[in-house]
Amino acid sequence: MLTRRVIPCLDVDNGRVVKGVSFLNLRDAGDPAELAAFYDREGADELVFLDITASSDGRQTMVDVVRRVSEQVFIPLTVGGGIRSVEDMGRMLEAGADKVGVNTAAVQDPSLIGKCAEQFGSQCVVLAMDVKRVDKPLRVKLEGEPEAVAEAPWQVFTHGGRRPTAFDPVKWARLAVDLGAGEILLTSMNSDGTQGGYDLPLLVAISEAVNVPVIASGGAGRPDHMYDALVTGRADAVLAASVFHFGSFRIRDVKAHLAERGVPVRRT
Amino acid sequence: MPARIVIINTRAANIHSVAKALAKAGAHAEVTSDPAALAGADAAVLPGVGASDAALRAIDAAGLREPVRRFAASGRPLLCVCLGMQVLFEGSDEGSLSGLGILKGGVKLLPSDMRDVSGNRLKVPHMGWNSVTFSPQGRNHPVFEGIPDGSYFYFVHSYYCVPADESDRAGTASYGVEVCAAVARGNIVGTQFHPEKSGDIGLQIYRNFVRYAEKAAGK
Repeated sequence: MLTRRVIPCLDVDNGRVVKGVSFLNLRDAGDPAELAAFYDREGADELVFLDITASSDGRQTMVDVVRRVSEQVFIPLTVGGGIRSVEDMGRMLEAGADKVGVNTAAVQDPSLIGKCAEQFGSQCVVLAMDVKRVDKPLRVKLEGEPEAVAEAPWQVFTHGGRRPTAFDPVKWARLAVDLGAGEILLTSMNSDGTQGGYDLPLLVAISEAVNVPVIASGGAGRPDHMYDALVTGRADAVLAASVFHFGSFRIRDVKAHLAERGVPVRRT
Repeated sequence: MPARIVIINTRAANIHSVAKALAKAGAHAEVTSDPAALAGADAAVLPGVGASDAALRAIDAAGLREPVRRFAASGRPLLCVCLGMQVLFEGSDEGSLSGLGILKGGVKLLPSDMRDVSGNRLKVPHMGWNSVTFSPQGRNHPVFEGIPDGSYFYFVHSYYCVPADESDRAGTASYGVEVCAAVARGNIVGTQFHPEKSGDIGLQIYRNFVRYAEKAAGK
């Protein structure tokens, strides 16, 4: 039986993990390879590395990080952040990433998804969506385009959550999958950082709209939040960062909780 | 002298992961598109992800179709991963090019309207860790030696193999349909899952393959 996946997310800035694991006696909690190996031992089903490096010359650093990690850790590795082109994606895959997330560049030019899928296969192409709930339709001024009205109740943001778009996440998810995206990494900006649980209505809306796997992100604070995301939210995988890094609970705790309540998980 | 293992270049995105897993298993494997290098190898790995026709075009463009068939017929160990296993068959619903025809049978698209017993949609691609039940020929094959029945492996695929000869099936995973997770016919072994992405248990398959290659080469 296919198991539901539990995925830690690591933010990388100039080759170093920031907000790194703080509770463990690691030699170097900022070393991506050491942390990846740690989470592999902990039973992580995959790893997501998010490159938050602001400068473009830092990009090569991320390629080196991916190469080093993939020589030592043999579980699936997704890399996102700053991917602008088919060539960018190719560099990450060649370095050893299995999947590459696209966000801002895909919103600006949706055909990028199709080009990447054609070149490398849909299984490599992850649509990353940062989504915010809006109470009433918002007017959005898009660069080079006339003013558009975003449709309630949700809105897609780009540029690390700083810039609004007129994209409705449900329609955007459907379009991206039609174009060739093989998975969706769905982050709720409202829930992110609250540790109050994932955005379940958003998860249901996207999970039912597309036939590719959906990774829930944003809001994990307790193992039962992950159960809710997988069962009520119908997500295929749950992602979390700080609760794992700060040792609030461990991956094995999450898996024990899920297994006890009948959710299939891989125990290691 | 270690066995000479080559990775057949299908221009697939997972070639580097396969090379790294083989390195971890103690083998230095050269990636090659050269039919002569394949002909001179003790063992070969045929990797692949993405679209079936793209992989077959890469094989044809390098003039590797007949050399791969001859290699398979020579009795030397051949490990085929994911799409590499699918192209072993006669053809695929995914593309228009004929497969290598080394194994009898075809490749079909996973149904798009599947739900599990709880009513959850079974998404396509089949992506994630699934447990594999090995058949007797799987359990008895040196490449799967010491792999416990029911072990979890990482899958990513939308199409699945349907062997015409049931005795080629080495393992099965359940995902709405019975997915052929592995095949084994003598020296020819294939996995639908990615052993290079399946943690320690996956590396065990590569270690087994390296040992099998050394033994077959008399080294």
